[in-house]
Amino acid sequence: MGYYTDLILILDSTVRLAIPLILACLAGLYSERAGIVDIGLEGKLLGSAFGAAAMSAVTGSAWLGLLAGVGVALGMSAIHGLASINLKGNQTISGVALNFLAAGLTTFLGQSWFHRGGYTPQLSGDQRFNPITLPFADQLKDVPILGGLYSELISGHNILAYVAFMAVPVTAFVLFQTRFGLRLRAVGENPKALDTAGISVTRLRYQALIITAVLVGIGGTYLSIAQSAGFNNNMSAGRGYIALAALIFAKWKPWPALATCLLFGFLDALQFRLQGVKFPLIGEVPVQAIQVLPYVLTIILLAGFIGRAVAPKASGVPYTKER
Amino acid sequence: MSTRVPLPRWVDIALLPLLNVVLAFLIGGIVVMLVGQNPLDAVGIMLYGAFGYGSGFGYTLYYTTDFVFAGLAVSLAYHAGLFNIGPEGQAYVAGLGVILAALALNGQPWFITFPAMVIAGAVFGAAWAFVPAVLQAKRGSHIVITTILFNFIATSMMGYIISRILKPDTVASDESAPIDAISRVPQLRLFWSLFKNSPVNISFFLAMLALLAVYWLIWHTKFGFAMRALGHNPTAARYAGISNAKIIMITMALSGALAGMVAVNNVGGVQGRLILNFVSGAGFVGVAVAFMGKGHPLGVALSALLFGALYQGGQELAFSMPGITREMIVTIQALVILFTGAMGDMLRTPLERLFRPREPAAGGG
Repeated sequence: MGYYTDLILILDSTVRLAIPLILACLAGLYSERAGIVDIGLEGKLLGSAFGAAAMSAVTGSAWLGLLAGVGVALGMSAIHGLASINLKGNQTISGVALNFLAAGLTTFLGQSWFHRGGYTPQLSGDQRFNPITLPFADQLKDVPILGGLYSELISGHNILAYVAFMAVPVTAFVLFQTRFGLRLRAVGENPKALDTAGISVTRLRYQALIITAVLVGIGGTYLSIAQSAGFNNNMSAGRGYIALAALIFAKWKPWPALATCLLFGFLDALQFRLQGVKFPLIGEVPVQAIQVLPYVLTIILLAGFIGRAVAPKASGVPYTKER
Repeated sequence: MSTRVPLPRWVDIALLPLLNVVLAFLIGGIVVMLVGQNPLDAVGIMLYGAFGYGSGFGYTLYYTTDFVFAGLAVSLAYHAGLFNIGPEGQAYVAGLGVILAALALNGQPWFITFPAMVIAGAVFGAAWAFVPAVLQAKRGSHIVITTILFNFIATSMMGYIISRILKPDTVASDESAPIDAISRVPQLRLFWSLFKNSPVNISFFLAMLALLAVYWLIWHTKFGFAMRALGHNPTAARYAGISNAKIIMITMALSGALAGMVAVNNVGGVQGRLILNFVSGAGFVGVAVAFMGKGHPLGVALSALLFGALYQGGQELAFSMPGITREMIVTIQALVILFTGAMGDMLRTPLERLFRPREPAAGGG
């Protein structure tokens, strides 16, 4: 029983840690499928985490916080779109700039607005998204095996977490079953064909960027006012890059993206549990060894040793009409 | 679209980048105003902090040294069409080479340890850049992604090496054993009292040499030509008989070696030991410096100096102006990358209109 409870707890923190990854990863999926590389996911996560926490601290409403978080991500996407769609600039550079912009502005504005060394005030009650207890979770807690699974693992997350999981089937449906999804995939592979068919590449790419912003904005909001009780410096801590790695690992597909994010979340959860634990034969596993696993796995994949990750063909290439 | 008249050369290489930088600073100034401070006062304080007195100037040159190396690393790779976002990690790993060389020769005078540190730093930095290069050249994985991932791997790996392997039992914090004073890279204050207690050291002259060497390499050697050919058109380069894979690997190794010099400046010349996260963003500043400098060593030198002044002046500003923190500099850095890098051509069309040679309207529109 002890081991089983342990497992449930690890899986529970796996889910918690995976949620921002899932949201950011799906966000990246939309823009990369539309042909826009988004290195700026990290900055968008950070920026929207700050926006959400700041708004929620001032207004006392988590929902207004969510609105602000998504708003920040939309603003950053607009800059990215202007640079990479209209001005046909280098998308990677634009993303890098956005990451720095978020890192600089969040701390700078946080300090000058709240005077707490870059932290926003502690949030509580309605200022946060609180866990939702699903029906019968408490009653079923003592049912062997399934009870614990239901009450610990499935119940007791906040609304944004459920949104994240819902986003996966929705994305799969939109991408592969709708006309919009077909066009989205086409514009990332062969924008010229789409243009020839009389569909606006610019418009489609902006639509993709908007969806990206909404998803990553929810992810950032989750970080600061659902998972934590406020914003602190650089709290995205590389999750945007991990999400990008997960996206590649999942070969730009929604269900594999979910699986990869859960795997990376699991590694993250494991890292906390294994601190100081000694194994027979190998002894203590250094935390750093687990920390690097997502990156190393992604590199091995990129190198083509386990399958091949082929990006959408037009990804990163600005589209220019011939005249 | 009418046939485009190219901009006059001086507008293209000087005025356009300058206007972009001005734009970045204007927006930075608006942000300063937003938090209720006077941007002009801020500029005054920063200028004084960066150039107004000996030790401030010394610090400016110390930062400049870092940024020249990192900026050259990014620029060199960019000429071959490779976007190396990894100088941060390459410099961090180079720190291991520098400290190993220095500790092996500990107690020897600096003119023995300094070259050893340079070579070891270059080798380790090059090695860390070489792996992504091989993956790009042989397996086709994208260098932007792999160098980003290698930054993270470097952070974890170095954290482990410093805290578990290099840390002597006698030291409380996570750092290596110190290098003897006599073996460290000599600081310029030993020769010029002007620099007071600032950490600028002879790595600064190494940076100046690197600027010249990179200029010579890119524009006056066969290798540089092959590199630029690859950067402009990989297919054409291959038809011209250039081995793209070879050029990618050599260029990235050189780029990593340049980034590694950041470690000589810091580990060998300032801290005298290997500490956690000593690079502290210098590698990323290199990205901004490279774009602002348009990849040309002269441009890199000027923009490295500008960023050096910003970093040192920014410290001064954080002391004397309430509400302004060091992160303001990161913001300006971001704006510079955005306007000179990603949106570099925003003003091109208006400028083209402005500088279009006056001729009778024939077939315009």
